[in-house]
Amino acid sequence: MKKSASQILKDNTMLIVLVVVYLFFTWRTGGAMFSPFNFNELITQNAYVFILASGMLMCMLTGGNIDLACGSLVCFLGAIGAYFMAIREMSPAVAIILMLLIGIIYGCVLGYLIAYINIPPWIATLAGYLAFRGLGTDILSSNSKTGSISIKKVESFLGIFAGKLFKTKMGEMNMVCLIVGIVAAVVVVLLNVISRANKVKKGYEADSAAMMLGKSVLEAAVILLVAYKLALAGGIPTVMVWVAIVVLFYSFITEKTTIGRHFYVVGGNREAARLSGVNTKRIMFIAYLNMAIVTVITTWVVLGRVQAANSTAGTNYEMDAISACVVGGVSAYGGAGRIPGMIVGATLIGVINLGMSLMNIDANYQKVVKGVVLLGAVAFDILSKKRAK
Amino acid sequence: MAKILLEMKNITKTFPGVKALDNVNFQVEEGEIHALVGENGAGKSTLMNVLSGIYPFGTYEGDIIYNGEVCKFNTIKDSESKGIVIIHQELALVPEMSIGENMYLGNERGRKAAIDWNTTYAEADKYLKMVGLSESSKVRVKEIGTGKQQLVEIAKALAKNAKLLILDEPTSSLNEEDSRALLDLMLGFKKQGMTMIIITHKLNEVAYVADKITVVRDGATIETIDNTNRDIDEDRIIKGMVGRELTNRFPKREGVQIGEVNLEVEHWTVRHPLYPERIVVNDVSLNVRKGEVVGIYGLMGAGRTELAMSIFGQSYGILEGGTLKIDGKPVTLKKSTTDAIKHKIAYVTEDRKGNGLILSQSIKINTSLANLDSLANHMVIDKDREYQVAEEYRDKLKTKTPSVEQLVGNLSGGNQQKVLLAKWMFAEPDVLILDEPTRGIDVGAKYEIYCIINDLAAAGKSVIMISSELPEVLAMSDRIYIMNASRIVGEMPASEATQENIMATILRSGRGD
Repeated sequence: MKKSASQILKDNTMLIVLVVVYLFFTWRTGGAMFSPFNFNELITQNAYVFILASGMLMCMLTGGNIDLACGSLVCFLGAIGAYFMAIREMSPAVAIILMLLIGIIYGCVLGYLIAYINIPPWIATLAGYLAFRGLGTDILSSNSKTGSISIKKVESFLGIFAGKLFKTKMGEMNMVCLIVGIVAAVVVVLLNVISRANKVKKGYEADSAAMMLGKSVLEAAVILLVAYKLALAGGIPTVMVWVAIVVLFYSFITEKTTIGRHFYVVGGNREAARLSGVNTKRIMFIAYLNMAIVTVITTWVVLGRVQAANSTAGTNYEMDAISACVVGGVSAYGGAGRIPGMIVGATLIGVINLGMSLMNIDANYQKVVKGVVLLGAVAFDILSKKRAK
Repeated sequence: MAKILLEMKNITKTFPGVKALDNVNFQVEEGEIHALVGENGAGKSTLMNVLSGIYPFGTYEGDIIYNGEVCKFNTIKDSESKGIVIIHQELALVPEMSIGENMYLGNERGRKAAIDWNTTYAEADKYLKMVGLSESSKVRVKEIGTGKQQLVEIAKALAKNAKLLILDEPTSSLNEEDSRALLDLMLGFKKQGMTMIIITHKLNEVAYVADKITVVRDGATIETIDNTNRDIDEDRIIKGMVGRELTNRFPKREGVQIGEVNLEVEHWTVRHPLYPERIVVNDVSLNVRKGEVVGIYGLMGAGRTELAMSIFGQSYGILEGGTLKIDGKPVTLKKSTTDAIKHKIAYVTEDRKGNGLILSQSIKINTSLANLDSLANHMVIDKDREYQVAEEYRDKLKTKTPSVEQLVGNLSGGNQQKVLLAKWMFAEPDVLILDEPTRGIDVGAKYEIYCIINDLAAAGKSVIMISSELPEVLAMSDRIYIMNASRIVGEMPASEATQENIMATILRSGRGD
């Protein structure tokens, strides 16, 4: 089946918005946006959005359900982690496991309340939104005069979550990074070719050869560009590895597995799913347990980047994650939405965040602009799809 | 002769592909109770919807002459302003609001934005008294029973100054006592000069309350029978209702080979999930053999769907008692449909859009859903095989679609029904419970569905077919159970069954013989 050029544009409106916004900021910042340093910043500063939004996507798939508590949970878990690592001087490995355990216990309780007691998710998580912020702040203020616990001394922890792989100096070419980029680009192109060849062989619907080629060239170019810029900025940030693992994992779950399929059908029509033998309650339970685990990973990454726990950590993270999903085409009613879309949405949010701080826009106006741009982007997407019909 | 209050002349109403009403003529005299009877889908409700403006002027052909003038109703408000008020079968009350608030919903007392609650409640109390309710109008609707709620609906209609009251199956959810009270209330209103039209399946009620009876069949009015002297014979009405000739609408069943009993249910009793005091399935026993098509006939609300869903892994209601045997061995399907599917039972719902299909997903995803595990290796779906399975069933069932990647929501009703059947055939059940398998689909697609049912039986599957279409039950079944008011009230081999004796069985049970 051949797709017309306009159809391709309509399928990728959000990607186009992203490119336009990116170019706009590059222009307004006199190219600073395009520098190796800011490429690195874009990734490290916004890693939390990619990770949290992966979990949020799973929740939203089940029927537009959200988690309001994750931002506050980041603050609470961060306070606990920093307390044990910096004040009790516990080994980071133990602290990491402790945070994970607390997250899992909380996730089980939350999942149980939502799936089996039928408490609406936004009420159940509103409780956590309030309580975790309070608990986190209390731990911090009773253990530190400044209300903030630094973990600058815990170098092994920082190395895992905020270091560089095979670190080189800024401005020097990092060969490992470049080679990894080239390999990744080759793998992506090969996968595209093999997947299309398979489809053609079996007589399924497939993109035209030119379309596949164009897509491959674009994808390879983006990967190489990122690799080149990061190579000049000191190498691959470890946080990027974490993001890649999380994103690839959820990509696999949603696209390839039965349990992923069950998330989509529960959101599409819960009663039909139940009558088809899907354990809908178990899916709801898993969604929120999973969300808690994803929040733990987010906490590690955020703690590593900030090198301290403080009471404002994680503020509005839940909103960033939800926006990334919605901008990325995840249905607010559930049953539809994919990881690649979410990645575009999360990147857009990251670009807006970084671009505005580079332009030194007043923090209050940053919020205004962000709100307006997000609304405009989604409206543009909906309108262009409407016209497509 | 009394004055003609309402005359509907040459009414024709077409839906895409279906002529729901074909040149219907209908007359109602002032001050009479006129009954409209006919099978489900005969066109009774459509006719009343035309009258009340739900189908606005211009979407149908023909004239409505009311009180001597030709009326062109565009909305329900238009017809209500003339005093034509319809009370629908499903109660339209808001449970959390008070009786008074409900009665004046959309018809609020008071000036501009401010509602005058004193007037509202005072007037509401007045009308409640007229229908014989002693409750205060400040009581919330959810606190009174269904019988009283039905009376509130009538009081609400009276509050709109009704001159012509239309009651669509007013007693379908009421017990014997409440029904009688309601019918007596109607006779009381008649004495005060009110004109009423009643739609009902219960012929004993028709005989009791109606002055005239109009029979509707296949979108046409067949005859109007006089019952002023209350001397009508129910058989006479039944003959009018079902007297159609059966042509070649059903494929022949060939090579019927009936084997052992496959599924058996004994003394099955189920209570309503939200109102446990209501028994929805009462001491039901039935069985089905391999290669047999068993029909369950009953009117809507008889408890058929509730029975089927409670057998299917207790997916409905609270099971109070009873045993389920598969191949002679008692089994308990814990509260899960997964368990039922494992025991090779499939339930094909009557409500394909509501709880059968995922309209926002593709044919492929819907087809594989109930047996997805068989396509997966350690939870990883083999998408090639999934595609092939979807293609295979699309060919087998002749589903008309450009691709199995098509969203189910874009298909016609008949094709959706085929996807639903495909899903359950792929689950490879031994027992299929088909709930209204041909509801809302056209004649051609119906024929194809019947062929599929015959093929399934020929392949040794047990089929339970629930239907409220008598001709379908008669033509397709080997054996027929008749269900009424939560019970199985009769069982007969298809060879002995006729439309008349099935109807008669239901009516007898309704009278408590």
